[in-house]
Amino acid sequence: MTDVLNRPSTPQLKVVGTRPVRPDGVDKVTGAATYGADFHLPGMLVGKIKRSPHAHARIVSIDTRAALALPGVKAVVTAADLPDLASEEYEAGESASNLRDLSLNVMARRKALYDGHAVAAVAATSSAIADAALDLIKVTYEVLPHVIDVEAAMAPDAPLLHAHMFTEGLDERPALPSNIAKRNQIKGGDIDKGFAEADVIVEGRYTTQAVHQGYIEPHACVASFAADGQCQVWSSSQGQFMVRTYCAKVLDLDIASIRVTPAEIGGGFGGKTTVYLEPLALALSRQSGAPVKMVMTREEVFRATGPTSGAVILVKLGAKTDGKLTAAEVELKYQAGAFSGSPVGAGSMTALAVYALENFQITGWDVVTNSPKVAAYRAPGAPIAAFGVESAIDDLALKLGIDPITLREINGVKDGVKAVYGPTFRNIGYLETLKAIKDCPQYTAPLGPNQGRGVAAGFWFNVGGESTAAVHISEDGTAVIATGNPDIGGSRASMAMMAAEVLGLPVEKVRPIVADTASIGFSMLTGGSRTTFATGMAVVQAAEKIVAELKRRAAVIWDVAPDMVTWENGAAVCLDPSKEGLRPLPLAGLAAQSAKTGGPISAEVSLNAQGAGPGFAVHVCDVEVDPETGHVTVLRYTAAQDVGKAIHPSYVEGQIQGGVAQGVGWALNEEYIFDSEGKMENAGFLDYRVPVASDLPMIDAIMIEVPNPRHPYGAKGVGEAPIIPPLAAVANAVRGAIGVRMCDLPLSPPKIRAVIDAKAS
Amino acid sequence: MPHVLTTHGDCGAFTGGVFAFDVEARSVRQLILELENRFPGLGDYVERRMAIAIDGEIHQDAYGAALGEHSEVYLIPKIGGG
Repeated sequence: MTDVLNRPSTPQLKVVGTRPVRPDGVDKVTGAATYGADFHLPGMLVGKIKRSPHAHARIVSIDTRAALALPGVKAVVTAADLPDLASEEYEAGESASNLRDLSLNVMARRKALYDGHAVAAVAATSSAIADAALDLIKVTYEVLPHVIDVEAAMAPDAPLLHAHMFTEGLDERPALPSNIAKRNQIKGGDIDKGFAEADVIVEGRYTTQAVHQGYIEPHACVASFAADGQCQVWSSSQGQFMVRTYCAKVLDLDIASIRVTPAEIGGGFGGKTTVYLEPLALALSRQSGAPVKMVMTREEVFRATGPTSGAVILVKLGAKTDGKLTAAEVELKYQAGAFSGSPVGAGSMTALAVYALENFQITGWDVVTNSPKVAAYRAPGAPIAAFGVESAIDDLALKLGIDPITLREINGVKDGVKAVYGPTFRNIGYLETLKAIKDCPQYTAPLGPNQGRGVAAGFWFNVGGESTAAVHISEDGTAVIATGNPDIGGSRASMAMMAAEVLGLPVEKVRPIVADTASIGFSMLTGGSRTTFATGMAVVQAAEKIVAELKRRAAVIWDVAPDMVTWENGAAVCLDPSKEGLRPLPLAGLAAQSAKTGGPISAEVSLNAQGAGPGFAVHVCDVEVDPETGHVTVLRYTAAQDVGKAIHPSYVEGQIQGGVAQGVGWALNEEYIFDSEGKMENAGFLDYRVPVASDLPMIDAIMIEVPNPRHPYGAKGVGEAPIIPPLAAVANAVRGAIGVRMCDLPLSPPKIRAVIDAKAS
Repeated sequence: MPHVLTTHGDCGAFTGGVFAFDVEARSVRQLILELENRFPGLGDYVERRMAIAIDGEIHQDAYGAALGEHSEVYLIPKIGGG
């Protein structure tokens, strides 16, 4: 069931809000789409990476002579071939990255910080020769003690990853370095007073494990470094401009000397917001004088690219008997992986964001560990925090004897309420989202033996940012829309639809493309649920410029004043009473005469979009637990979300369903498992268990449309919020099924079976 | 005058623990300059690390965003996504 509670901000829409066939659909279902690994160039070499077998080791020496002497080997690169960058924050992805850390993650220098850390790369004429060359590279290590568990890494006597790291955010600068990169704290009111006023207090300690974004397409690229210093990269990423900038910085090149062409992307979910292969492929190409192709194996994807954090979450809630929260205290400890920058900041801000609270304290710890550097993963940090808070809220509801949605309604944020993280909410639909779940058929469907029902809520800010879009009118009156954002969630369709709406064209007459870095102005990467909002604004404004130009051209043809022309249903209409009887001039007619009226009709708009509307999600999950095996079957799942305005409702439903599927995997099965030496033991999809279609029921999506007034059609980002509630919704449902609160994800069969056995005994 | 608030500990290190104050500023650029002037280091920190919510609407890297006479200005960490 899909239900759209339609409250349109612009009631006469013809294209926006419909469900046209996706413009990239045929290529994808026929296998014609060109992904990163599909690209070939003449004379291309095969690039491969030698990786550390140790979780923490000093690199004593690297001897590449034998590898370089092997026939067919054309280049060998180590950190010695890259600039040794100073610590510098630089804005290139979604937020500032430390260029030194980025470079050291691309290629280890002096120390390997996790199992799988790159230490050398080769380029050879065949895959077999490249493999042989990797074996011939002799790396001498001094193995060091390692630490992966977040609380163990915080201990004063923990193995130290970075001697230069002193904890930021403390009241006083610490005397000694540690693995704690930063403490952040958000406070409001008086929590001691709030807890003193409480009639009921619940507390919990929750843990999550590192999980991977699990995109199907491994990282892949082809790079060419020409003799004149001009570079080209073809790669699968969430941002061709991000790839361009990071490659330039890691290799100390001019940004304009690199042209990056985005390949089709087979999933990103935040994990492709940084670079791993591209700078190395360029360095190998520079040394060899030939193009170099690099494609990660699945094992490399798991061992060397960003998962999200494993974490410990401590929650304490106080409430009156009527359900009103009096105080909340949350402590979050997040793994950052080998370099600082876990998503604990966003986790802290989102942890209590759906609750109107006077007294609260949230403390977050960003902790480096001997594991791959974490990368963004849908709503980074928020699902982890919500798992703890929403589990505790469920326990509170149970203790108070209040329906869990009613408890959330009592304490839920609405317009005019100040968010725990600061700003005052406006134009939000959280309470409507709660009501939609309360009213959905699943919420009152009867449950059988060993079955349970759980609800949970989630919040995500959504962002805007810099985007460029160009609209070009063809001679026959069709249109091409070019943007600088890879299409990872249906943005081509939504761009075409918004342009078609403004131009008055059928959407089939608008062709959307994703342009390379030399063919369109700068755009931030596709992430943070920003593209339909921000790039969509650029598309709409560019299309509006086209309409203004078309009206001017029509005025020239009709020999009337420009303000005597209006635009209706894809045609210029003359308002001049002296020209009565003139038939409307359609876009195709104007395009055919463009040479006579001023030349090609094109417009490009660059902007920095502000005012993204926040998203709220409320989910209900029904499960059945097999008491013999501990296996959890998800029986039913309904997800409601405030989406602003669904530009293409099918894509929005797809985002919601995809987020739920990933969240269910996080809740039930997915985890990085390390052996005693810090090596990942399950670096493959056979042992790292993501949900498959047969694991999931139909996920019903309910779209609540509370328009964002800052977007021409009211759009809000939709890709992040749906992954936030599932962890707790599933866990709360399991609690209902077995009668025991389980606090440690994943809720895998052995763990559940152990709990059932313990309860029975 | 616009009223500046933050619940985030980072800013308190520059303000000596002051989490609410008024500023004379009509734009984000003026705000940053004024923050730097009153609390050395804070303007630079806000520019690099913080987003600015004006009357509930989050702005990032937006010098030109206007502040009203009675605007509520919240300093919050910059936001990314996945």
